[in-house]
Amino acid sequence: MARTALLGSSLTKKYWMALTGLFLCLFLVIHLAGNLQLLDASPEGRLKFNAYAKFMTTFPLIKVVSYLLYFSILFHAFDGILLAMQNRQARPTRYVKEKPSANRTWYSGQMALLGSLLLVFIVLHMKHFWYEMHWGGLPVDAEGNTDLFTVVAAAFQEPLYVVFYVVAMAVLAFHLLHGFQSAFQSLGLNHPRYTPIIKNVGVFFGVVVPILFALIPVWMFAFPG
Amino acid sequence: MGNMKLTLKIWRQNGPNDKGRMETYPVNDVSEDMSFLEMLDVLNDQLIREGKDPVAFDHDCREGICGMCSLFINGEPHGPGRGITTCQLHMRKFKDGDTIFIEPWRSAAFPVIKDLSTNRSAFDRIQAAGGFVSVNTSGNLVDGNAVPIPKDDADKAFDAATCIGCGACVATCPNGSAMLFVAAKVSQFALLPQGRPEAKRRVLAMVDQMDKEGFGNCSNTGACEVECPKGISLEHIARMNREYLAASVTKE
Repeated sequence: MARTALLGSSLTKKYWMALTGLFLCLFLVIHLAGNLQLLDASPEGRLKFNAYAKFMTTFPLIKVVSYLLYFSILFHAFDGILLAMQNRQARPTRYVKEKPSANRTWYSGQMALLGSLLLVFIVLHMKHFWYEMHWGGLPVDAEGNTDLFTVVAAAFQEPLYVVFYVVAMAVLAFHLLHGFQSAFQSLGLNHPRYTPIIKNVGVFFGVVVPILFALIPVWMFAFPG
Repeated sequence: MGNMKLTLKIWRQNGPNDKGRMETYPVNDVSEDMSFLEMLDVLNDQLIREGKDPVAFDHDCREGICGMCSLFINGEPHGPGRGITTCQLHMRKFKDGDTIFIEPWRSAAFPVIKDLSTNRSAFDRIQAAGGFVSVNTSGNLVDGNAVPIPKDDADKAFDAATCIGCGACVATCPNGSAMLFVAAKVSQFALLPQGRPEAKRRVLAMVDQMDKEGFGNCSNTGACEVECPKGISLEHIARMNREYLAASVTKE
């Protein structure tokens, strides 16, 4: 029964892709809003960010939501891999000549690839900061909070880190450009009046959110403070 | 009469279990007024005269309403051009000296019978699973026109019902998904009062059969809508998604 409800049919799998995907979009907004604080490298800004990081890792409600978030990421990935495998089986012989540009955007047909790249990014990103924050044995700042700001600032003095994060955000942009509006269609929310609005919001979201995220490493590299 | 010389690269496959390969055929004397199928008739005439096996391809009405003709031409189902089937594709869309790739629909659910001819009976089985309205024929029939239906709903239902079941949506979908077909068949009844009593059972049964046939999943690329010879809209897929969600949540 539980299996049927979660992964029963092709459509059920799509509903869960859409719901987890939209939840991850909501997370992106919160994550972005919090991390834009990194742009303030003044001594007070550093203390403020570390206090925020402490709040986000200890406040009980945030902790509960964070477990839901980890589950959503894993389930979105697992469900996506399952869907991609079935899709591959549905076309065992490839076309000799195919012209995808005639009828679809390249990224709408590469969501599994883009998603896999993002999963790799998320693992490395969590190793860089999330793991360090929890178990890295980091020094504390003047207020006694774990000094995550210094770890982030040091990481983004490395050009390789900056390039890696900017490229990852480009991948995220294309994943969102298709994914955001696609989630609404999967849930059956298509209406002549609202769908054009949803599509425009999706393009705005898919461009602005990754650009602001990418701004953080670039800014911190350029202005170490 | 013909003034075009073409090179055709055609998929040849002796039977369902043959591996298949592309073969090259020159064809001369092609008139720009011929339909694509007439051009293949010319090729087959040539092959028969040479004592070779003609190319098998599906066709029937040759006026764009039966859904029988298929062919993946130069990377697109029914070739270049929008809102047409292969029989409505004319050779004036091509130039003298062109090389044209011709392949069958490629889908696990549409096995190749021979060459370019595929078995699309999976669509029939999906239709048989629920794509109908059960009518009581015991003598108490109600005149269809006695049920008032808003014009907009009737138009939308008719738009869905224009689906000819050709399978171009499956052929062009990167996932080999049949959602546009199934959505059209679900929508044409879901929009009408006569279809409502069985709506839940219908959408559940048709989607279930679609999955059993081995079609892929929809990732909303929209390729099907672009290539559909009848212009079936993605809105119908959203309607099917709504119908299925409501039916799965409330089924007993």
